Amino acid sequence: MKTSFVHMKISVLLLLTALLTTGCASSAGGNKDPLEGFNRAIFAFNDGVDQVILKPVATGYDAVLPTPVRKGVTNFFGNIADVFIGINNLLQGKVSDGAGDLGRVAVNSTLGLLGVFDVASNMGIEKHEEDFGQTFGRWGADSGAFVVVPFFGPRTVRDTAGLVLDVATDPVSYVDHVPTRNTMAGVRLVNDRANLLPADKVIAEAALDKYSYIRDAYLQRRRSLIYDGNAPREAESE
Amino acid sequence: MKFLVALVASLIFSAAAVALPANGLAPDALIKSISSEVIDIVKADKEIQSGNAKKAAELVDKKVAPHFDFMRMTRLALGREWRQANAGQQKVLANEFQTLLVRTYSKALTEYKNQIVDVKPLALKAADTDVKVRSEIKQSGAKAIQLDYYLQKTNDSWKIYDIEVAGISLVTNYRESFSNEVRSSGIDGLIKVLQAKNKSGDTVAVKK
Repeated sequence: MKTSFVHMKISVLLLLTALLTTGCASSAGGNKDPLEGFNRAIFAFNDGVDQVILKPVATGYDAVLPTPVRKGVTNFFGNIADVFIGINNLLQGKVSDGAGDLGRVAVNSTLGLLGVFDVASNMGIEKHEEDFGQTFGRWGADSGAFVVVPFFGPRTVRDTAGLVLDVATDPVSYVDHVPTRNTMAGVRLVNDRANLLPADKVIAEAALDKYSYIRDAYLQRRRSLIYDGNAPREAESE
Repeated sequence: MKFLVALVASLIFSAAAVALPANGLAPDALIKSISSEVIDIVKADKEIQSGNAKKAAELVDKKVAPHFDFMRMTRLALGREWRQANAGQQKVLANEFQTLLVRTYSKALTEYKNQIVDVKPLALKAADTDVKVRSEIKQSGAKAIQLDYYLQKTNDSWKIYDIEVAGISLVTNYRESFSNEVRSSGIDGLIKVLQAKNKSGDTVAVKK
C-alpha cells in the first residue's frame, strides 16, 4: 500500500511527462534545451528549497554521524536499489550484469547483514548504475528535451518517464508500517544529500553558470551511461 | 544526482601529474605515476585533507599543471569563437582558464577520502600521437568511476588536453557557457567573467 504522497509524486510526474511529450518538447535541431526559461525557474526553486531545508539538515547529519555509520546507511539503501538495477539490466538484455546485481542483493542481504556491509564489492561483484530512463533509452526512445523536475532535479523527457517507474517500483514505498517507511525515505534522502555536499563546493568553484554547468554535465553523463561508458567523442568544431 | 558524486571524486584524480624528464614516460605510465604521487602527497598532508585549498593549489601548480596543454584546452573549449580572439586575448583566456581549472581541482583534492585508482594499460603504437588513457576510481559501496585522459604528443612529451570524468568531458562542459558568454558580451566579456570568478575565491592565483 503506497502513501498518498507517493501517488501525488507519480501524478505530478505523469502530468509533466504528458505535457512535455505533447507540447514543444522535441529537441529541435541543435538546441538541446528548448525549455530553458522554464527549466531555470524550476532550478532556482529547487535550489531555494535545498538551501533552506535539505542542505542544512544534510550538513547537520554529516557533522553528527561517524563515517562508518554513514557508509553503512549508504550501503543499506544501495542494497535495496540493487534489486531494480538488476531488473533494469535484465530488461536491457544485459543478462550477466543483471545476474551480478541480483547476486549482490543475495550476498549483501545475508553476509552483509541486511546490506549494511557491501561484502559483494569485496568479492569482486561490481555495482552498476541503471534506471528505467536508461532502459527506455536502450529500447530506442529518444531522450527528448532537457527538463528540470520540481524536487527531483535535472532529467530529460524520457528520463522523467523513467523516473515515474523508478518511484512506483521503489521498494521502500512498499513498507507497510507508515512511520518506518517515512523514516527510511527521510534518512535515505538526507544521506544522499550529505553524500553530495563535497560536490557543492567543487561546483561552486568550477561553474561560471551553475544551471548550464549542471545541465551540460547531466546530458553528457546520460549519454555516457546509455553507451555504458564507451560513448564516441563529440566532434570538435574548430 | 549520482553523477555529481562521480564528477567530484574523479576531479580529485584528474589533478595529478609528475615532473618528468623531457624524454618522458609512455602516456599510461605517466598517468599512473602522476596519480600515485599526488595521492601519496595528499594522504600525508593533514592540511589538505582538512580543506586547505590553497595548499592543494600549490601542489596542483607544481605537480600537475606542467603536464596539461592549457592553450589547446582553451581553444577546444571556445570552438569557433577562438578565432574571434586576437593573440593577446587568447593568451589571457588560456591563463584564466588554467587558473579556474587549478582552483577547481584543488578544491576537489581537499575532498579525497582514500579511494583507489586503477590505471588501465594502453596498447601504444610507435606512430600514435593522440591517445586516450582509461582509469577507474574504486570506492566501496558505489560503482567505480571512469576517469579518462586524452593526451597528445608534442616534441617527445605527452600533454593532457582533456579529461572525461564519468563520461563528462571537461572541455565540452565549458563549451556552452563560454560560447554563451562570447555571444552576449564578446571575447572581452568572457575574459572579464573569468577574471572576476578567479578573483573571488580563496585559492592562490596562477603566476605566469
